[in-house]
Amino acid sequence: MLRRTLPSSMRAVVGVKHAVDYTIKVQVKGGQVVKDVRHSMNPFDEIAMEAAVQLKEKGIVSEVVAVTIGNAKAVECVRVAMSLGADRSVHVVGDQTAIDNLETLQVAKIFAKLHEELQGDIYLMGKQAIDDDQCHTPQMLAGLLNIPQGTFAAGLTVADDKSSVTVQREVDDGHQTVNVSLPAVVSCDLRLNTPRFPNIRNIMKAKKMPVNTMKIEDLGIDLTPRTATLEISAPEARKGGGKVADVDELINKLKNEAKAI
Amino acid sequence: MMRRAVQRRFMSFSLNEEQQMIQDMARKFAKEVMIPVAAHHDKTGEYPQDVFAKAWENGLANTHVPEQYGGPGLSNLDSVIITEELAYGCTGMGTALEANGLASAPVLVAGSEEQKTEYLGRLTAEPIQAAYCVTEPGAGSDVQGIKTKAVKKGDEYVVNGSKMWITNGGVANWYFLLAKSEEEGFLGFVVDADTPGITKLPKEINMGQRCSDTRGITFEDVVIPAKNLLGKPGDGFKIAMKAFDKTRPPVAMGAVGLARRAYEEAVAYAKERQTFGKAIAEHQAIQFMLADMLMGIEAGRLLVYQAAIAADEGKRNTHLASMAKCFCADHANKVATDAVQIFGGNGFNSGYPVEKLMRDAKIYQIYEGTSQVQRMIISRWLLSN
Repeated sequence: MLRRTLPSSMRAVVGVKHAVDYTIKVQVKGGQVVKDVRHSMNPFDEIAMEAAVQLKEKGIVSEVVAVTIGNAKAVECVRVAMSLGADRSVHVVGDQTAIDNLETLQVAKIFAKLHEELQGDIYLMGKQAIDDDQCHTPQMLAGLLNIPQGTFAAGLTVADDKSSVTVQREVDDGHQTVNVSLPAVVSCDLRLNTPRFPNIRNIMKAKKMPVNTMKIEDLGIDLTPRTATLEISAPEARKGGGKVADVDELINKLKNEAKAI
Repeated sequence: MMRRAVQRRFMSFSLNEEQQMIQDMARKFAKEVMIPVAAHHDKTGEYPQDVFAKAWENGLANTHVPEQYGGPGLSNLDSVIITEELAYGCTGMGTALEANGLASAPVLVAGSEEQKTEYLGRLTAEPIQAAYCVTEPGAGSDVQGIKTKAVKKGDEYVVNGSKMWITNGGVANWYFLLAKSEEEGFLGFVVDADTPGITKLPKEINMGQRCSDTRGITFEDVVIPAKNLLGKPGDGFKIAMKAFDKTRPPVAMGAVGLARRAYEEAVAYAKERQTFGKAIAEHQAIQFMLADMLMGIEAGRLLVYQAAIAADEGKRNTHLASMAKCFCADHANKVATDAVQIFGGNGFNSGYPVEKLMRDAKIYQIYEGTSQVQRMIISRWLLSN
C-alpha cells in the first residue's frame, strides 16, 4: 500500500471487542455457548486503548478512534472507550445472528474497509479476544492492507519522525524487537501497560460524544462464513485425583490408565 | 428505543447505560484498589489516604459537588450507585470518602457563592478531607442539646466546646461546626481546622470501620469570622438536619454494599463447605438464611434509590431517607451476623473476611441518626400525613 506523506500528527484506530466478561463461567447448553451473559471490553483491548491514550497524552497521536463490531449492546464498549480517552467512535452493528456468524477474516475485512475512510496511522488491537481466543484479526488486517504488523507487543515506541514504530514482542523464549514502518497493525499483550480506570467525569462526557453507527450489511463485505462449526461442547468435568503408594504404581497408572507414557 | 418506551409507561428498575458504566467503574475500583488493602487498614487503623486520593483522581469523591465548584456534579442517584460499590470494597474507606459529602451538604444547602466556591473548591482542588462537627460527648441523638457555645464579639464569634466522634476529624482541612448562641440560637459555621484553639484528640479505636478517622475535637476560644456563618443566625439546626436528607441515602447504600459483600462471601463459602455429605448450600437452613439476606438487600437498595430519586426530583425525601437508612442498617447487621454464622468457626476468625463485615456493620445502626431516631422521624411523618 502506498504510504502517503509522513504525518505531522497521527491517528490511532483502536479495535475494541464487546466480549464475554472475564468473570463469567461460560456454559454450553444444547450444543451452544450461552451468550446472554455479561459482556465488557475485552481486557487485551483495554490495554490497546491505554496504549493509544498514552500516545495521545505524549502528543504523538492527535486523535484516537475506537471501533467496535457487534450487536446493539456493543455500543457500551465504545462509550467506555470514549470515557477512557477516545475522541470518537465507530459502531458497526449487526443483529445477533450476523454477529454470531462473524469470523475473524470478516472482522479484518470490515476494518480494512473502514481504513478507506479512517486512514489510521496505527491500528491497535488486543492480541486476542478472551471469548474466542482466535488471535487472527490483527494479523489478517495487516495482510489485507498490505502493511506491517508488530504482534504480542509488550513494549511500543513510536519513532520521532513518526515513520515507524518499534515493537518489543513477547515470544515463547523471550523478547523479539522489530521495527516496522507506519501505517502498521500492533496487537497488544498483557505486559504492555496497566489500563486506567474510566474517570467518572469522562463517563459523563462520553454520553454526549459522537458514535458513528454503521449497519454491517451496508459495508458491502461478503460475510459468508468460511468455516462450519461441527460441535460445541464443554470440557469434561475434572475428575478427582488419587494417591499412589510408590513409583511403580505411578508408572503403571501413567502407562495404562492415563496413557501418558 | 424500546427501553425509553417502557420507561414512559412504567418506572424502570434497571440502570441506564451511563449508570451502568458508573457502576462498572466503581465496582472495578473497589475490586482492584480497595479490597487488596482493606484488611491491612483494618488491622493497623492506618488512614486510607492512598485509596482516598486514587478515588478522588477518578471522580469518585465529592460526587455531589456541582461542576461549577470543580466537582463531578453527579445526581443523588448516580452517587448512591457509586457508594454501594465502594462500600462493597470496604466501608471504612467508604466512610472516609462519604464524610466529605456530609460536611459539604450544609455548605450546599445554605452556603453563599463565596463560601461554596472557597470550601467546596478546596475539596475538588486536592484530595483533602472535611468533617461534619456536630455530635458532642453529651449530645448525639439529641442534637438540640449541644453545649458548644458561640459568643458574638463585633465581627467575629468566639467558640468554646467539645465535639466527639467526628469522622475525618483528625485529617480534615475544614469543619462544618454547629454551635449555640444565647442571643441568636443555633449557628452553623465553616471553620478552618488549623484555627488556633482547635485541638484534635487522639484517634478513637473502634469496633469496626477502623481505618476511618474518628476523634474528639475541642474548641477553646476559637475565633471564627462572622463571614464564615452559613445562612442566617438561628438557621444552624435546620441546616444541619437538612444535610441528612442528602446524606442518609448514601449511608444507607453503604449498608447495602456491606450486606451484599457479606451475602456473596456467604454464598461462595456455602457452595464449597461440606457437612453431612454435601455442600452446606444444599441444607435448607442455610438456603433460607441466604434467601432472607438477598431479599433484604434487594428491598433495601430500592428504598435507597427511591429516597435518592426523590431528592433529585426536588421533593421532600426526609421520611424516605430515614426509612432507607433504618432498614438497610438493621438488615446489614443481620446479614453480616448470619454470614459469620454460615462460615461457622471460620467466620469468627480474622483469616476470613466476614468478621470484619460484622464489626463494620454495627455503626450503621448508630451514626447518621440511630435506628431509633429514624423510627421517631418515620412515625412522626406517618402520623402527620
